[in-house]
Amino acid sequence: MMKEGGSVLLVGVGGQGVVLASAIVAETALRAGWDVKQSEVHGMSQRGGVVSSHLRFGQRVYSPLVEIGQADAVVAMEWNEGLRAMPYLRRGAPLIINLQRVIPPGACRNRLSGESTYPALALEALADQVGDVRACDAGEIAREVGSAKALNAVLLGVLAPVMPFPEEAWLASLADHAPKGTSAANELAFLAGQALRYPDETHAQAARAALSPNGLHGQARPPRLEVIEAWCKGRACEICVRACPEWCLAIDGSAAVRVVRPEACTGCRLCELLCPDFAIEVHTA
Amino acid sequence: MTAPGASSEVRASPGAVTPRPLLLSGNEAIARGAREAGVRVAAGYPGTPSTEILETLVRLDPGRQVYVEWSTNEKVGLDVALGAAIGGARALCAMKHVGLNVAADTFMTSAYTGVRAGLVVVSADDPGMHSSQNEQDNRVLVRFAGVPLLEPADSQEARDFTVHAFDLSERFDVPVVLRTTTRVSHARGIVAPGPLRVAPGLGFQRNPAKLVMLPGFARSRHRVMLERLEALEREAETSPLNRIEWGDRALGVVTSSIVYHYVRELVPGASVLRLGFSHPLPRALAREFAAGVERLIVVEELEPFLEEQLRALGLAVEGKAYFPRDGELGPEAIRRGFVRAGVIAEAGEKPLVSPPTVTRPPVLCPGCPHVAPYLALRQIGAVVSGDIGCYTLAAIEPLAAMDTTVAMGSSIGMAIGLARSGGATGPVVATIGDSTFLHAGLPALADAAYHRTRMTVLILDNGTTAMTGGQAHPAAGVTIRGDAAPTIDLPAVCRALGVEFVRVVDPYDLAQTQLALEQAAAFPGLSVIITNRPCVEAPVKVRDQPYTVLAEQCIACQYCMNLGCPSITWSAEWHEGRRKVQIDPVTCTGCTVCAQTCPTEAMVGLPGWSKPR
Ligand SMILES: Cc1ncc(C[n+]2csc(CCOP(=O)(O)OP(=O)(O)O)c2C)c(N)n1
Ligand code: SF4
Ligand code: SF4
Repeated sequence: MMKEGGSVLLVGVGGQGVVLASAIVAETALRAGWDVKQSEVHGMSQRGGVVSSHLRFGQRVYSPLVEIGQADAVVAMEWNEGLRAMPYLRRGAPLIINLQRVIPPGACRNRLSGESTYPALALEALADQVGDVRACDAGEIAREVGSAKALNAVLLGVLAPVMPFPEEAWLASLADHAPKGTSAANELAFLAGQALRYPDETHAQAARAALSPNGLHGQARPPRLEVIEAWCKGRACEICVRACPEWCLAIDGSAAVRVVRPEACTGCRLCELLCPDFAIEVHTA
Repeated sequence: MTAPGASSEVRASPGAVTPRPLLLSGNEAIARGAREAGVRVAAGYPGTPSTEILETLVRLDPGRQVYVEWSTNEKVGLDVALGAAIGGARALCAMKHVGLNVAADTFMTSAYTGVRAGLVVVSADDPGMHSSQNEQDNRVLVRFAGVPLLEPADSQEARDFTVHAFDLSERFDVPVVLRTTTRVSHARGIVAPGPLRVAPGLGFQRNPAKLVMLPGFARSRHRVMLERLEALEREAETSPLNRIEWGDRALGVVTSSIVYHYVRELVPGASVLRLGFSHPLPRALAREFAAGVERLIVVEELEPFLEEQLRALGLAVEGKAYFPRDGELGPEAIRRGFVRAGVIAEAGEKPLVSPPTVTRPPVLCPGCPHVAPYLALRQIGAVVSGDIGCYTLAAIEPLAAMDTTVAMGSSIGMAIGLARSGGATGPVVATIGDSTFLHAGLPALADAAYHRTRMTVLILDNGTTAMTGGQAHPAAGVTIRGDAAPTIDLPAVCRALGVEFVRVVDPYDLAQTQLALEQAAAFPGLSVIITNRPCVEAPVKVRDQPYTVLAEQCIACQYCMNLGCPSITWSAEWHEGRRKVQIDPVTCTGCTVCAQTCPTEAMVGLPGWSKPR
């Protein structure tokens, strides 16, 4: 299929260098004599959003977009984004995935249970489903060759054997796009990625990476708030109302403080600790 | 000019050595085309997906032969460009789709006056709303105005059509709209460039009957416009931008813009009428095509713009019955439509299904100066009339401190209405960025001051137009070329408008900010508060000593997480069944705001840090 051309999807989060990596692949294809189209969605990615770049090459390319189920490779710079991009893979095509996890604040919202919604680093299960998974800790490999920022070059090295482009074309466009003074480090990172063998080396890396915290699981213990109304000064004070991180408390026309969002209380005890009149008690199980 | 559709000419052969053509985005190609057509004046207001057009023009013009400006808003931008064209200089005005609403007053009547030198208006539409407040289809506005519409489908065409548009504009004495979509503006493709040049000026010519739109003059100009439309339709009939690609006669597809490319890949055998010059519609060409095929299907993004016009010709045409009228029309949706129409079979293999994952909505940056003011607004229970900019992200959890956002500059006028409605449940506060304030907030502030409306306006002055990537504006002290410019004294402007309560606060000082907002809300009239910290991302990256959490001191109240700072996440440690927090020292900018929320002073500057040079 790669004789007539191919489709690659690159994904990651803002600041990881998805757009640069994609420009390097496009330029490599161009140097190798192919027609190329590339489309990325950036818009709001500067502020922590997803960045994805579709890349297609062939004798004559019409659409710049990779259709679902049609990617000849997906390159993911971040674990969760790699999982999200899975539907794009053509059956049997490789998922090249960095083991780095960028946990968005939105995944740490259930403060009561402390349970994170971020997906666990379950590499074996992923390999069972996808087949060809080429996972590595690209950040670690990049650090080993001396430039932590070259993680995208590592992943391009992993991609290279799958693509029908000569190595000279890769190295030339890599050098062309490397920021000043980093082209040697980028080349080393690329070669290190290219030399990785699957799955033995990468599974060992995944096991190591899985040790660091993520897939956070928690414990739910709903607390109970008790207001001793006689001791509360009401509107004159409002310290607890301002202190509660969950906006559980209010003094709206009432003489004493009221619990308006009991279900949101996490039992942090700030109200209890800060009340000058000992008018609130937090009971935890 | 290169023949339209020339992308097929730059056919590359794998393996062979080819001369290095340029790999350009659609926006870069438009700038390129404008320079090749000899543009002399370019204006516009930033807005995704159009912003890179003017930025590229500056890059392509180190010799400063073109006057380029970021205008105060799109209306001013179009006025500048129209004035330049009437003065005999080829001019370009670039904006996002909603920008054309702002410029519509000038736009509609410019179709009456005409232009003299070529005037190209670029409208970059955003089907799917990748970064917009609506997904209006500006083909409708263009038809309403009665001006010609060109729709490039890729970068090569973006360059070619721009060159063509200037020529067309001059020949027919009419502004020409070049409409892109996000996919055309931001997709990259190979472009065969031509030489850059500056067109000779044609000079100004006095002609009040043509240029002063008094009713008496305008009546005759309206007739000129209608006759011109007929001539333009004749031009469209034979324009190389419109073409029939005959294939299998069983199915004929009418399409335009980038959708053409998806259609070519999904139904490669079909006959296609491809409209690059899509308004006025070449009716004879459409009839010829319809007569040559057994079944006629229109595939177009958003409105049934072509479909309804073809139906009005009495043609049996299908379209929106199969293809959605909302959202981006990508390859998947077009495949589904063709399957529904019975044209192609369902794709064989089911795609892989992801395990449960998390979404990643955009968030305010670590250290963003917009954060603390919104935490304070939530604390005082304000009804917040929001506006458009980075700060709109304060509407989502955990800040969740914005109640309305509609259009650029609407915050202040809507706050007046909210205050006058008698229905507000708390103090009414309009929040507006500096760029947006100058864009369309000033007239509304004058209105609030004029009528002594009791409300507060919070101007979030971060010194830049951050949402679109950090462009300069009239109060930024710098131009699009990086030259020093006069600034605007915003507090003085507010006072001059008659606002009695004007205060400047440091948004990194949470207590000061909240106190000021409380006092402003208590003020029996119009009050204005202006924040004064720069955006941490543009024009310069602001990086100070990062903060860190003393884990033994953290009581896991997670108050700091109410800021939504992406540098703060849960750590692996627990306290009384709750997660302690940690700060990522790489992304933290050291704004100190989280430390101000911490009840146990567990957040401190990272020891041993020194400012990198
Ligand atoms: C009419 C219109 N023009 C342009 C835009 C694109 N746009 C969105 S937000 C924004 C400006 C934001 O600047 P500012 O108000 O200073 O807020 P900041 O992003 O800096 O916080 C622009 C230009 C738009 N949405 N609508
Ligand atoms: S780009 Fe600037 S204004 Fe926008 S979120 Fe980041 S720091 Fe805030
Ligand atoms: S100091 Fe705190 S709030 Fe500011 S950027 Fe760092 S972690 Fe975020």
